[in-house]
Amino acid sequence: MNGIHLHTEATQACWELMDQIYDPEIPVLSLKDLGIVRDIAIKSPPADAGIIEVTITTTYSGCPAMDWIANTIKMELGVLGYQSITIKHTITPAWTTDWMSERGKEKLKTYGIAPPEKRFTIPTDGIPCPQCKSEHTHLLSEFGSTACKALLQCQDCGEPFDYFKCH
Amino acid sequence: MQQALLDYTLSLSDNALILGQRNAAWCGHGPILEQDIAITNITLDLIGQSRILYQYAAQLKGGDATEDSLAFLRSEREYKNCLLVERPNGDWAQTILRQFLFSCFQRELYTQLTQGKDSTLAAIATKSLKEVSYHCRWSREWVLRLGDGTAESHTRLVKALENLWPYTGELFKGADYELALGLDPAMLYTNWLSAVQSTLEEATVSLASLTSCFMQTGGKTGIHTEELGFILTDLQYMQRTYPSCDW
Repeated sequence: MNGIHLHTEATQACWELMDQIYDPEIPVLSLKDLGIVRDIAIKSPPADAGIIEVTITTTYSGCPAMDWIANTIKMELGVLGYQSITIKHTITPAWTTDWMSERGKEKLKTYGIAPPEKRFTIPTDGIPCPQCKSEHTHLLSEFGSTACKALLQCQDCGEPFDYFKCH
Repeated sequence: MQQALLDYTLSLSDNALILGQRNAAWCGHGPILEQDIAITNITLDLIGQSRILYQYAAQLKGGDATEDSLAFLRSEREYKNCLLVERPNGDWAQTILRQFLFSCFQRELYTQLTQGKDSTLAAIATKSLKEVSYHCRWSREWVLRLGDGTAESHTRLVKALENLWPYTGELFKGADYELALGLDPAMLYTNWLSAVQSTLEEATVSLASLTSCFMQTGGKTGIHTEELGFILTDLQYMQRTYPSCDW
């Protein structure tokens, strides 16, 4: 029983770690907030041989941050004492913004990015401005500064802003 | 069967890579900033799709094949992309129309693959389809804007259509490896045509004069236009000159 208990704690520690590694392009969202860490399997805890397998998924196929994310996870797990770290990539089921945490969505808003909303599956005028909350906004482009965002402008406060698209 | 699956997977990845490489040339040259970003985002999606597909192809091929060796070390005749994606960028109208014709095709194709027997291809198709729907919508809006815009933009779209249409027939002509897998692309034609035709009509552009035009073929089996050699020269330069270089 001891062993299982140890694994649970160690796994918990790893999930906490995933909440401390931030997306390099949207630095308010942790990997856990984004929902791209799909599984953490500890074969042997750090006190022992330290063997771990982390399964991650990509948001958009071409997301250029994935290599950096995989390397950073490896590095940070190394600091926790893991010796043999495997990063597995999965694409099934396909990532969706439904996996983004509610806390993550709040953080996005504070950061100035409109979070994904079900009523705006397709980016359109009227997505609320994260600055002044006005719904008097205009869609400039379905493609924003990264693949996952669209670009809008608020007609009231004048601020341009990104919308994290439903995906 | 394994060979057919490998060839088929390569044809899918080659299509995505070559169109991605073509579109990438617009980076920094788009007509306005937002559209420069849009076409570059589409490029990123396409190259991302090609990477996942090449990884699968490398696994099917076995040995020391990798996604990089498949993308960077095969020659023209080994590439199985359709001729449409290697057509030059031309002006914005030609780039847009090429994207529209291809994205509509990809949408039908990936929809078919999501139901397919191969679970990896089904997973890749499911994931990619989400991205392709953006590409379809964006390029469709531009087709409408150009066709139904000014006299100049209309003329350019018509010219682009005359240039590109002869390369659309090949999309629906099954290669041996497609037919061996029971994936006859002819089944996709009706849906594709109706999507394309209705958009073109809305854009006030007629297909009437093109319906019986001669269709070019060959790309799927490695017989390419002279364009592909130049594309690969650019694309493969680093790996050919500095083998295995990494950064």
